[in-house]
Amino acid sequence: MSRYSAFSLLRGALTGHRHWQPAWRDPEPKSHYDIIIIGGGGHGLATAYYLAKVHGLKNIAVLEKGWIGGGNTGRNTTIVRSNYRLEPLHNLFEFGLKLWHGLSDELNYNVMFSPRGAMFLGHSDADMVKLAERGDAMRCDGIDADLLTRDQVAKIEPLLDMSRDARFPIQGGLIQRRGGTARHDAVAWGYARGADSLGVDIIQKCEVTGFVRDGDFVVGVETTRGRIGAGRVGICVAGNSGHVAGLAGLKLPIESQTLQAMVTEGVKPMINSVIMSQSLHCYISQSDKGGVVFGGDPDNWPSYAQRGNPMVMEGAVAQGLALVPALSRLRMVRTWSGVTDMSFDGAPIIGETPVRNLFLNGGWCYGGFKATPASGYTYAHTLATGKPHALNAPFALDRFERGATIDETGSGPMPNSR
Amino acid sequence: MMRIPCPHCGPRAQSEFIYERTLDSVVPLNAPSQEAMAKLFTRNNPRGVDDEIWRHTYGCRAWMVLTRHRVTNEISGCRAIGPEALP
Repeated sequence: MSRYSAFSLLRGALTGHRHWQPAWRDPEPKSHYDIIIIGGGGHGLATAYYLAKVHGLKNIAVLEKGWIGGGNTGRNTTIVRSNYRLEPLHNLFEFGLKLWHGLSDELNYNVMFSPRGAMFLGHSDADMVKLAERGDAMRCDGIDADLLTRDQVAKIEPLLDMSRDARFPIQGGLIQRRGGTARHDAVAWGYARGADSLGVDIIQKCEVTGFVRDGDFVVGVETTRGRIGAGRVGICVAGNSGHVAGLAGLKLPIESQTLQAMVTEGVKPMINSVIMSQSLHCYISQSDKGGVVFGGDPDNWPSYAQRGNPMVMEGAVAQGLALVPALSRLRMVRTWSGVTDMSFDGAPIIGETPVRNLFLNGGWCYGGFKATPASGYTYAHTLATGKPHALNAPFALDRFERGATIDETGSGPMPNSR
Repeated sequence: MMRIPCPHCGPRAQSEFIYERTLDSVVPLNAPSQEAMAKLFTRNNPRGVDDEIWRHTYGCRAWMVLTRHRVTNEISGCRAIGPEALP
């Protein structure tokens, strides 16, 4: 694999850019792999990359039913942050945020990570108390968080409706300045290119249709391109977690729902940070191309349809317009939706399953993109050693029956109330 | 948006309804703890048809069982339930 650099770009320019090669191979599946990862999204590809890079394993395949990065990796709002209140969550996401800060160099691929600041808005006294508590919890673990006054918020985002009679009055905020956005596709492509160059087989258009069992053990998978043997198998399929685990006879604490997002036409810079309101459930940022990207609540009923309901979209738009009235002058050019794997405490599930040699990474709800590097790194550790990584140990599948849920919002075992 | 055939009111817009949970996740009062745990915390979550409990919150306010395909949103049945129908 040739290394990308300013020099190679310049040399290519002199020869009419005929030097470009495919960034990864398109191999035929082998009959056996040491580790098979089901799902070629950001998380699956990152897992394969770290398995090869950190653990030195070579005989690895990533199986993808469509094309890589075509699921939720290509359907999110690209927000990267680690500002969670509960320790296991902010420690995992902070580990990821540190990886984000060096990711373009690590992968020799520009993931366009832009730490422009991730800002929560506070709309009431109670909101401000909650934000202060969250900021304190983060700072106790060495994670940056700054409580903002109303004036400071207005200075960062001059287009917010700061009037006293605003629909959602703004009292202040909490900012994580190291948070921001990244280019979603580039994350999948960068990890794919990195993993491929280390010998990982990325096999697209290969859907897993069943598991090959030997007693309690999984010893391979049935796919649309034939049977493939495996030492260990890792599920990493986001919204389809319930479906794929069901092929192995497992019933998960996951319900799949639809989450929509939308983008306006491209305009000059108008949103400087990532604006989020958790009291409303609304998040707004501006892509490098100029489109204002925003989203809201999930469609709160089970669905595997990769399309959303206008009723829910209307709610998200209403919130966005109330916060930033200038958005009303922009045309919405595109909406889309992904299938989110809503877990029963709002936290991800990473670790072993009751079936031997079968592992699960899922339940990321609507917040998986930011975790891509951390999820891949810790899941690779689990798949390589068969044991949890210190950071993913709290996220074991059996935490529900042990009563050790990690419920950031405190809303109980109801995926549709998050 | 789906149009849900409420057994009491006829076809109505989905915006009048709220999804509650799947039919098989209702915990019987005398369930042993293992069964209660499974019903509270796990779902079949099929990429196909399932029975779901919905409520006509902004209409007759009654509970009902909706049989729905989760990819196509096709509704193949909607029946009323009451206390006697619960496990």
